[in-house]
Amino acid sequence: MRYYAYYPGCSMEATGLPVEKSIKAIAKPLDLEFIELEDWTCCGSSPFAGVDKAKAIGITARTLAQAEKTGLDLVTPCSSCYTILQEANDLLKEDHKLAERVREALSAIGLSYNGTVKVRHIAEVLFNDVSPAGLAAKVVRPLTGLKVACYTGCQQVRPSYGFDDSEYPDWLDQMAKSLGAKPVNFPLKARCCGSSLVISESDVALDLIHRLLENAQENGAQCMVSTTCPLCFTALDVYQATVNSKFKKKFDLPVLAITQMIAIALGLDIKASALDGNVVSPQKLLKPYLSAKPQAAGVETSA
Amino acid sequence: MGDNAQTTFLDEVAALPACGKISECIQCGVCSGSCTTATHWEYPPRKVIAMVRSGLKDELLKSNSIWFCVSCYLCTARCPRDIKPASIVHGLESIALKEGYKPPTKTTTMYKTFSESIVNNGRIYEFGFMFKYYLQTNPLAALKMLPTALNLLAHKRMPLTPKKVKGKADLRIIINKLSAGGGK
Repeated sequence: MRYYAYYPGCSMEATGLPVEKSIKAIAKPLDLEFIELEDWTCCGSSPFAGVDKAKAIGITARTLAQAEKTGLDLVTPCSSCYTILQEANDLLKEDHKLAERVREALSAIGLSYNGTVKVRHIAEVLFNDVSPAGLAAKVVRPLTGLKVACYTGCQQVRPSYGFDDSEYPDWLDQMAKSLGAKPVNFPLKARCCGSSLVISESDVALDLIHRLLENAQENGAQCMVSTTCPLCFTALDVYQATVNSKFKKKFDLPVLAITQMIAIALGLDIKASALDGNVVSPQKLLKPYLSAKPQAAGVETSA
Repeated sequence: MGDNAQTTFLDEVAALPACGKISECIQCGVCSGSCTTATHWEYPPRKVIAMVRSGLKDELLKSNSIWFCVSCYLCTARCPRDIKPASIVHGLESIALKEGYKPPTKTTTMYKTFSESIVNNGRIYEFGFMFKYYLQTNPLAALKMLPTALNLLAHKRMPLTPKKVKGKADLRIIINKLSAGGGK
């Protein structure tokens, strides 16, 4: 069993719930234990940094200090939290004046941070600690032949923290392949979904989501596999209906978080994949796989 | 530095966290060429940086530029001088908000209501944040959002009450300590 300090991020308690449920479900079968930080608080995300960066880093430092006490790597499934935590972690080492102010602020709440935490995206944990081969060995319900467009989005690979290529990452394709699925070419896989701009500048964000859906469909995908980021997942799944009405399109492209897909392939109870939380229903597409009899683990899964 | 009447716009920006390398920009334009939303910016990223260095503060901060940044970090990943254009843009946003500029965008209100939600709840309470945002900007636009909200409710992805987070008291202390005047 591998242990991690876990920081879900605020969206995992609302719009990202299907992803969060599937993460919880697959952890144990993959010999991972995610220990949620007690009484964690928001990382601030981009909007708070746009209001006051020093304060934003201050509130992020609370999370880093909490994580440091556990002595474990800090893992988050949200790409925005990941970038914010990484940047704060770097700046607290590089900017000594800022670090001193933050140190004083933390001491007022009885915490301190010495810069020892390693921040990791859950994607990187799945890819490096579990690995595609390790995953393939546990597959009992291969998604053989399912044509998927693998979407990693931005903040998991940019600004680069060395996990995968910042322009055309491949980890998600490799993970999907290990489950038996067939990744299609997807040039826009690391382009932006618009994130929170869907609220304040919806025309701009919907245009970006539209391009992603179109690019996936044009390349023959039957569904999209998204990284665990709740913002990416929600943009593609929930706002697909809005894109359809705005652009007079008929996209019906299910969006599965990679962790939902893993839950299915591991043969877990149907509730584990939390598919009933997906707005674009994947039930019809996945029926042949879900109704198939589980096979012995580790059978060759590649199509 | 902030109290000095001689302080230029460039000094002001360069003093912000993660913005210190702005003077090393070579105006190559990779940031503008890479920007996901550049076509919407009155002045695209390369010009934004040039305007900071030329002291064109009012022109820049009254415009819609910077508010279309989606934090995709293509500019930052590709910048050959590692000046972190996305961080500079967020730094400029904070100056514009602090000094009361009114650029033609609703993103300013979104940022403020988002940040208030953090201070009030300790975590983002998505339903409350969205409700407040639409109330403050355009309640009629909320009607257009209704199908989305109903979809989220139907799929149990929009809890109607916030989580109780004790740490919000900590956040207030941290924010207070880091307010202008520097922790006192």
